[in-house]
Amino acid sequence: MRNLIPVLMVTATLIALWYAAVVPMNAQWAQDQARRAGQDLGFAALISETMTQQRPRLPAPHQVMAELWNSTVVEEMTGRRGVMNTGSLSNRSLVYHGWVTLSATLLGFAIGSALGVALAVGIVHNRAMDASVMPWAIASQTIPILAIAPMIIVVLNAIGITGLIPKAIISTYLSFFPVVVGMVKGLRAPDHMQLDLMRTYSANGVQVFGKLRWPSSMPYLFASLKVAIAAALVGAIVAELPTGAVAGLGARLLSGSYYGQTVQIWSALFAAAILAASMVALIGVIQRATLKRMGMAA
Amino acid sequence: MRDTLTAPVISAKNLSLTFQTNDGPVHALKDVSLDIGKGEFVSFIGPSGCGKTTLLRVIADLEQPTEGTLTVNGMSPEAARKARAYGYVFQAAGLYPWRTIAGNVKLPLEIMGFSRSEQEARVERVLELVELSGFARKFPWQLSGGMQQRASIARALAFDADILLMDEPFGALDEIVRDRLNEQLLELWARTEKTIGFVTHSIPEAVYLSTKIVVMSPRPGRITDIIDSPLPRERPLELRDSPEFIEIAHRVREGLRAGHLDD
Repeated sequence: MRNLIPVLMVTATLIALWYAAVVPMNAQWAQDQARRAGQDLGFAALISETMTQQRPRLPAPHQVMAELWNSTVVEEMTGRRGVMNTGSLSNRSLVYHGWVTLSATLLGFAIGSALGVALAVGIVHNRAMDASVMPWAIASQTIPILAIAPMIIVVLNAIGITGLIPKAIISTYLSFFPVVVGMVKGLRAPDHMQLDLMRTYSANGVQVFGKLRWPSSMPYLFASLKVAIAAALVGAIVAELPTGAVAGLGARLLSGSYYGQTVQIWSALFAAAILAASMVALIGVIQRATLKRMGMAA
Repeated sequence: MRDTLTAPVISAKNLSLTFQTNDGPVHALKDVSLDIGKGEFVSFIGPSGCGKTTLLRVIADLEQPTEGTLTVNGMSPEAARKARAYGYVFQAAGLYPWRTIAGNVKLPLEIMGFSRSEQEARVERVLELVELSGFARKFPWQLSGGMQQRASIARALAFDADILLMDEPFGALDEIVRDRLNEQLLELWARTEKTIGFVTHSIPEAVYLSTKIVVMSPRPGRITDIIDSPLPRERPLELRDSPEFIEIAHRVREGLRAGHLDD
């Protein structure tokens, strides 16, 4: 409860600032419309006009929330193409688009995390990999994802791979990196004394890894996974942008911007943010459960 | 004397170890010769930088000497390590926070491939030996520093090595806890008849515990005096006020001072 109050305060402040910005952002259009109709807008009318436009420059929070609600619950429950009427998700609903993006995100995240852990294990145990892999991993992250994503999609398309996989690969590209960095640190977390102790037992490499390095790295692993899953989501959305994808949150953002549907853009953005927050929170829950079982709960 | 009758358990001859550093060579050990007999309790005492920990680490095959010969149980230190000849206790307990006390004691047993039932039996036995029987299921953070160090001693005892090497095991503990642990260590030594190598920088601790006190001095790390203690093996804490005790402590202090004169 004590934690809730500051969070609510910040949220309320942000919403207030947002509403405050809505008026000047949309006022010009509202006044132009009024002038054309030969009307003169009063202050109260102006404010109400700025909050109800179809295609505002900056939609008001309640418009975004209404759109979120309509394009998820309402669309699926009562829509002509909704799940209640057709048995499958509506292609106009954010549930559908969110799932398209989420599936690519999860696949990319799984591959990326596995790749990240594998690279970290290699870096920690192999001198050549230690010297060679990290610079490449860092270099890979300096290339703007927007530049490389279309190329990956086009190349994979050319060899007949389409759909989920190319998007997942771009998610992988973004999500392996935090895992490599975190796990190299984590696997190297045991100090000299702990490694010496294993040496006094004449433990072999597998035993040192399984009994010391891997458990020591758990807090680092979860911290990296939280960053990685958010990055994976960004990757999946970005992968949907340059390809004219017809489904996914990225496609929603793109079509929204084509048709000036700012409310749609903002609701897709919020859907993405909610998705990311939920996934990070889910990893947090798994983290707490795991560390608690390991007796390391903070 | 029993230790002169049998071959020494640990025998060092003209042992030297030089670390090459950016500031030139550092002589951590120079011409160290020492025999340790079976069942002896040997303390290494000296100021920091005198090589007492390095000597223990060389015996444990954690460092390689640059000159001289060293045998442990008649073998090279490496062979002895692989034959699991010794248990090593570090200055910090170094228990794994993700394992219970029993799990920590079990660690070397798992690595060495003891059967599951054997592991359980040994854990129970050594925890009883260090008086931690009731704490098997606790995690390390639930125990005091002294108890954690006792658990780490149990861990070193679990696989029945004949030699116990201890590197300032009680250095981080307060005086009262240290006294109690010293008493317990002597009891444990009497019950298990292990050969113990014990690094310390406390003169009373060295004199109270040891049958043999090795006084060392720094730059280069070397032995300045080896004192065979005339104290009986049975040692109540009050012994520390006896004239013999004070006399040995005095000799140790003299040895330490002599080492410092050449600075």
